[in-house]
Amino acid sequence: MKVRLGFTLAALGLAASTALAQGPEPYRIGVVTFLSGAAAGPFGVPARYGAEVTAEALNAGTVPAPYQTKGIGGRPIELIFIDEAGGTTKQVSEYRNLVQRQKVDAVIGYISSGDCLAVAPVAEELQKLTILFDCGTPRIFEDGNYKYVFRTGPTGTVDSVAAALYVTGTMPEATKIAGINQNYAWGHDSWNDFEAAMKRLKPDVQVVTSQMPKFLAGQYGAEISALIASGADVVHSSFWGGDMEAFVLQAAPRGLFQRSKVVLTTGETGLHKLGTQIPEGTIIGARGPFGPFAPDTELNRWLVRAYSERHKEPPTYPAYKMSQALLGLKAAYEKAQAANGGQAPSQDQVIEAFEHLEYEGPGGTVRMALGNGHQAVMETAYGEVKHENGKAVVVNVRRYTAEQVNPPDGMQSAAWIKNDLKPVQ
Amino acid sequence: MNTDKRTPLLLLSSLLALLAVGPLLPEWQFLATLALGKGLVVLGLLLLLRTGLVSFGQGLYYCLGGYAAGVMGHYWGVTDATLLLLAAALVSGVAAAVLGLLLARYRAIFFAMLSLALSMILYGLLAKSQTLGSTDGFNLAPPTLLGFPLAGYEGRYALYSLACVLAFLAALGLHYYFRTPLGRLATAIRDNEIRVEYLGASVRGAVHVKYTIAGVLAGLGGALTGMTVGHIDPEMAYWTTSGEFVFIAILSGTGSVAAPFLGSFIYELVRTFAYEYSPNTWQLALGAVMLLIIVFLPAGLWSLFRRRQGGAA
Repeated sequence: MKVRLGFTLAALGLAASTALAQGPEPYRIGVVTFLSGAAAGPFGVPARYGAEVTAEALNAGTVPAPYQTKGIGGRPIELIFIDEAGGTTKQVSEYRNLVQRQKVDAVIGYISSGDCLAVAPVAEELQKLTILFDCGTPRIFEDGNYKYVFRTGPTGTVDSVAAALYVTGTMPEATKIAGINQNYAWGHDSWNDFEAAMKRLKPDVQVVTSQMPKFLAGQYGAEISALIASGADVVHSSFWGGDMEAFVLQAAPRGLFQRSKVVLTTGETGLHKLGTQIPEGTIIGARGPFGPFAPDTELNRWLVRAYSERHKEPPTYPAYKMSQALLGLKAAYEKAQAANGGQAPSQDQVIEAFEHLEYEGPGGTVRMALGNGHQAVMETAYGEVKHENGKAVVVNVRRYTAEQVNPPDGMQSAAWIKNDLKPVQ
Repeated sequence: MNTDKRTPLLLLSSLLALLAVGPLLPEWQFLATLALGKGLVVLGLLLLLRTGLVSFGQGLYYCLGGYAAGVMGHYWGVTDATLLLLAAALVSGVAAAVLGLLLARYRAIFFAMLSLALSMILYGLLAKSQTLGSTDGFNLAPPTLLGFPLAGYEGRYALYSLACVLAFLAALGLHYYFRTPLGRLATAIRDNEIRVEYLGASVRGAVHVKYTIAGVLAGLGGALTGMTVGHIDPEMAYWTTSGEFVFIAILSGTGSVAAPFLGSFIYELVRTFAYEYSPNTWQLALGAVMLLIIVFLPAGLWSLFRRRQGGAA
């Protein structure tokens, strides 16, 4: 019996030696994103596809300017994927594995805010350049100060603040607001920010109900009844993935979308899948200028084309944010390389170049402006769904500059919303 | 019995071997510390399993231990690892003693489900508490030992050594406990409760004590894990976490107080290699390996050692 166990372990060991790729000193990046579980479908897998499409195009040198040079500073990119599922203990464990045993040059990843919070101090301890690409909580750089950690995607605060600006800008008469958000950190934070922003922008606003159903509940009959009965002018929801789809499919036939204006802050991830099942007039966001909100630049056209050719549907925001993280790393590395006279830069030189970096991504300009140059800010946008030729498109788009939706560096988001958020007409 | 005398020696030599190997393999220390933390929780389960009880709620004490350590550092600035462990043991011990009043009345599936329910209540409470970071949890203040920070090469080794010593003491303590009259009641209760009562012992009292010990061990495991990972969240009390402990307990077998540690080492190793080599199907790989072990070693991993010693006592 012991022999059998030995065989199993030996087989695992064999798999290890064959998995190693060859190439002239590749730049190894650990990519951590959900490959299983509820967040895989809407976020994790599109992000993985975004990483693959971008890395392959970079290696082939087919990304438009200013990224037409091959790989990262001439080194071919090698991606090592790890599943983000399993909770923070396992994620910290696998992060250490990537750095200490797999010897990656950098880690890009993390969709869950809990994972980001847990991994950031470990990145400092192990002194490894780590780019958080998607998680939302502003606590990362507001409660902590990191040298090795960067986040190239906007914070979650932006989503709620921009949603409040859109609502107050387009519906100045609306006074009764309601929310339906998942009962976990993301849902709490999203609702708290939205409520605070609405109260700041329109002090006479009245919260008629805040529903917090269980995460992944799937059935929202009672909550939808409460929302309809509340007579709210605006219903805010940060639902994502299957929960959002279930909510839309259950609430639309009951007329919630006709009675109230519904704001779906992550609605863009369901745009291609749900299509015209999202009722017209629904306000949706993409957590930044991604997808239908992306500027018409050559870089954006390239991502849409390369991604759609491979996966038969256009990229959603997680793919944009992943692509943006890889391009940011490339931009920082090559800036450091140029400053180093063309020689391969040290990690510290890459970090120095990354801080306060301003670069172009498929979603537009990214500025590493907050958290001492470690947290990105971007403009953002919201719009309304319209049905056109059997497809859902976004119209009445309003754009907000990074300054309109982000606190200045060094200020806590919650305090900024409460005291300094300015209305936008 | 022969193995009874050998166990303390085996434990001591394992401790010395672990302490000696640690500095040579710094990249494995983290995983080993985690495995020892989980091993402590599973050690408590072993005690319950020998009594014929399966708790699907050890995550409750694991989580309480982690949060006790976290809150001490976060709010009162206490960072000394031994104090954090003491606090965790105290909090989880008191909680287990109180909840034991209720749980000691139940057996079999009722005990399992009730323990699960209690742990899910804690999960729900923590998920609602926004000051403690809700489901995102919060980071622990970096722990210290005798004033030295437990970070960097030496610090990490110190934390690992602390875990080794703690696991050694817990296993040794439980080994001697099983030789006391109260400890010996475990298998007797599993086999026939009525007879135990007729012998003049209180079954409920004995179960209560064992449940409390298991709670303390789970709390220690939680605090150790929290200090090692540097982050805690309510997931620690979620039923899947408790299920993982039961899984490791079955994998390990109840043959020896060393079995839980062996089991959790193997589990962590298989898991980390599964993540590394089959990122899309790691659950499948993990499940397949576990299934093979259970099919070929129905009495757990520890039966490997039993057979070699030539006695299937």
